Amino acid sequence: MSAKNPEYDFKWCPGCGDFGVRRAIDAALQQRHVETELPIANNVVVAGIGCSGNMVHLLEGEQPFGFHGIHGRALPIAFGVRMANPDLNVMVVAGDGDFLSIGMEHIAPQAARNLNITAVVMDNGVYGLTKGQSSPTSHLGAITSSTPFGKVEDEAHPLELYLSFGVSYIHSQMSSKVKDLSAAIVDAMNHPGFAIVHVQSPCTTYNDTYELLKGSVKKGIEPQAWEIPADHDVSDREAARALVRKGGVPLGLLYKNTSRPSFDQRVKEMNKKVKVNSVEQLIDALAI
Amino acid sequence: MKKNDFIVRFAGEGGQGVVTSAEGLAQAATQVGYHAQTFATFPSQIMGGPTWTQTRISTSPVRSSGDELDVLVAFNEEGYNTHKDEVREGGVIIFNSEGFGSELDERSFGMAFDELAKSTGNARAANMVVMGALAYLVNMPQSILEEFVTKRFTRGRDEDAQIIESNIKALSLGRQEVAKSKFSLGDLAEVTKPDYDQILVNGNTALSLGAMAAGLNFYVGYPISPATSVLIWMERNLAGAGKFVYQVSSEIEAITALIGGGYAGKKAMTATAGPGFSLMGEGLGLAWMAEIPLVVIDVQRGGPATGLPTKTEQSDLFSTIFPAHGDVRLPVIAPGTVEECFHAAVIAMNWAERYQGPVVVLSEHALSERNQNIAKPDLSKLKIENRKVYKGDNGYQRYEAQELSEMPLPGGPGAYVANGSEHDGMGDTTHLAKRHVDMTHRRWGKLKLLEDGTYEKENTDADIAILPWGGSKGPAREAYEQLVADGEKIGWYYTMFLHPMPPALVKSLRKKRLVLVPELNYQGQLAFILRANGIKAEAITQYTGLPFKIKDLARRITERIREEKAVTATS
Repeated sequence: MSAKNPEYDFKWCPGCGDFGVRRAIDAALQQRHVETELPIANNVVVAGIGCSGNMVHLLEGEQPFGFHGIHGRALPIAFGVRMANPDLNVMVVAGDGDFLSIGMEHIAPQAARNLNITAVVMDNGVYGLTKGQSSPTSHLGAITSSTPFGKVEDEAHPLELYLSFGVSYIHSQMSSKVKDLSAAIVDAMNHPGFAIVHVQSPCTTYNDTYELLKGSVKKGIEPQAWEIPADHDVSDREAARALVRKGGVPLGLLYKNTSRPSFDQRVKEMNKKVKVNSVEQLIDALAI
Repeated sequence: MKKNDFIVRFAGEGGQGVVTSAEGLAQAATQVGYHAQTFATFPSQIMGGPTWTQTRISTSPVRSSGDELDVLVAFNEEGYNTHKDEVREGGVIIFNSEGFGSELDERSFGMAFDELAKSTGNARAANMVVMGALAYLVNMPQSILEEFVTKRFTRGRDEDAQIIESNIKALSLGRQEVAKSKFSLGDLAEVTKPDYDQILVNGNTALSLGAMAAGLNFYVGYPISPATSVLIWMERNLAGAGKFVYQVSSEIEAITALIGGGYAGKKAMTATAGPGFSLMGEGLGLAWMAEIPLVVIDVQRGGPATGLPTKTEQSDLFSTIFPAHGDVRLPVIAPGTVEECFHAAVIAMNWAERYQGPVVVLSEHALSERNQNIAKPDLSKLKIENRKVYKGDNGYQRYEAQELSEMPLPGGPGAYVANGSEHDGMGDTTHLAKRHVDMTHRRWGKLKLLEDGTYEKENTDADIAILPWGGSKGPAREAYEQLVADGEKIGWYYTMFLHPMPPALVKSLRKKRLVLVPELNYQGQLAFILRANGIKAEAITQYTGLPFKIKDLARRITERIREEKAVTATS
């Protein structure tokens, strides 16, 4: 949308991981459009704020509906959209600050409901747009503008948290692997329940982790990212936990549970027990 | 002369039947054509604690719960001691003689409520013993209460007959027992049933029914006193195809979920109280900015912070009109009666759809619990509004027009970005000065669409006027009528549309020498806002957690009028 719009002047920094995420989302929406024959307007992309929040303005394909909301509240807005119209495909885009700090309280309820939405989390371990403060995923001791003497909090482990909350689909990816990421997002959107695609999306200005993730033979840096082995049982939560605890950044589908009913199914079941009365009947019941 | 008005207070411990007695009396009385209103106040705890309720029965519509008591029914000693001084001269106190130690005076009569109930074979019939006694005191025919008991306990179960029999026995025992006291309050004037249909309903249920009648189909809430009963009602009743109701994890989740629902085309609403409303502030700013229709009911309680969760106050006016940072001023409708609760909800839903933004209904604890007989709402006469939905091609500039524009719905044409950042016509973020100016004008300009509020006026040529708001309307109206009967020259103005106020009302008030605003808060919040609108307004405040008393209000208004006239005389 931005290319056509001279008023919109926001830019991601050169090399920002979010460019890769954008390409992956555009491709995933297009693929879904082709596969389901549903219009692009059937998709709603809900964002919080920050660099990640600008995703809704920067998508390059045909425009889906978008919501650029307030800090940390993308999940409950998405909950509202989805329950207002269960025919919509709803995607949340958020950064690690938005999703895991101010927005943390909203993850557990959606997991408990197994709400039918997909969240794409762009994790760069820093608050970028406010110029480099520490985030939940900044590591212990990290020097940032808000932790000039080193971060004193331990870093959050999002994948473990998602497992503990009972998120029923968890995929870990890297922004530079656009094809894999796009496939992961498509798979997540097809999952009947709450799906999170957690993406390492480095901030080239404040926390450039490309080299750490990919490693460097020349500098003798072991890559942090590693592929989840093909024989991993994605339905086994304990196996997933064990994988995550190996350290580094596992890449691939970590966990997928299709045995729990989705929120759509739960609501449908509950509604079978409800007696429907019209307003007229409800008023008549109070007649003197 | 026969009695036209009968005021009974029930005081005791929560769980002793204090609430059911008050509601039962109102139900029985309205069934034969009396008008009734109940009042309840209790501490914030699950069981027990000093609780009291009041029922006022009248031959004409009841405006307030009344000042002085004809009868105090004391279920325990604490209830007796706390409330005995509010019994009028010639009034009567009936107390539960089981476990009483006080020296009692000649207007008090003891009865063993529970023992009498047990002797009917139904230990739960103590409140019927009390009702029988009350009916005797004002010579209400036993048949009225028998009819009520029969209606109430006919529930299609095998034990119905037995329960009805024991309750009727309890009524008789209460009558017989109190007859021994030789007390009498005179005969309650007889009434005929009105020729129109009525319902007996409390404020929160009236709000719920109004919203549903206006097409509510999306309710997300979080429990909080005194708004919880709206959530509970919705969970049971907002059912069927295309409707969604849910208890979420916080008021922050509630308001943002409503924003999602309103954005996706639903008529969305929640109900909360002060603390929850404060948490919704940022979300309400977003709804204003992104232009999303939704309704929030704030059932006020005492504040700040946790404040007085189960007491009444009118201290959220500032925070509902100005709920968020930035240039925001929300439409606020404050009903003053149970009947107005129904219509306030209907109009709030309509306003939200009409101007595509958030609307607040400002109710209060005293209204939420108040049971009152009102004319059955005629749904065929309601005007229901729906937002203008965009049906054109893609590439639509939703926010481009100067005031209102059609709203695209996800799934349909006209994809755009609903944006909490300042934005252009398409919804993309912008920092351009001109755009912020234009968009600010657009958002504020839409409020003009809501200037159709109505208002009451009387004695408009008086240069001093009274303008109550919300639940203070009832006591203020009674005080006003007393003052007028006493020959005082005073005008009456009232509206439930606190923002935007009907322009003609503001114009009239600006011409007044003094506008007195009775309100239940410390700062005089409406008077403050009226002064900012060029009106010489002055508040008459009270912040006890209880509604105004008519005689206090009448006295304070009179004193202020005297003062004002003295100023003229000396100048």
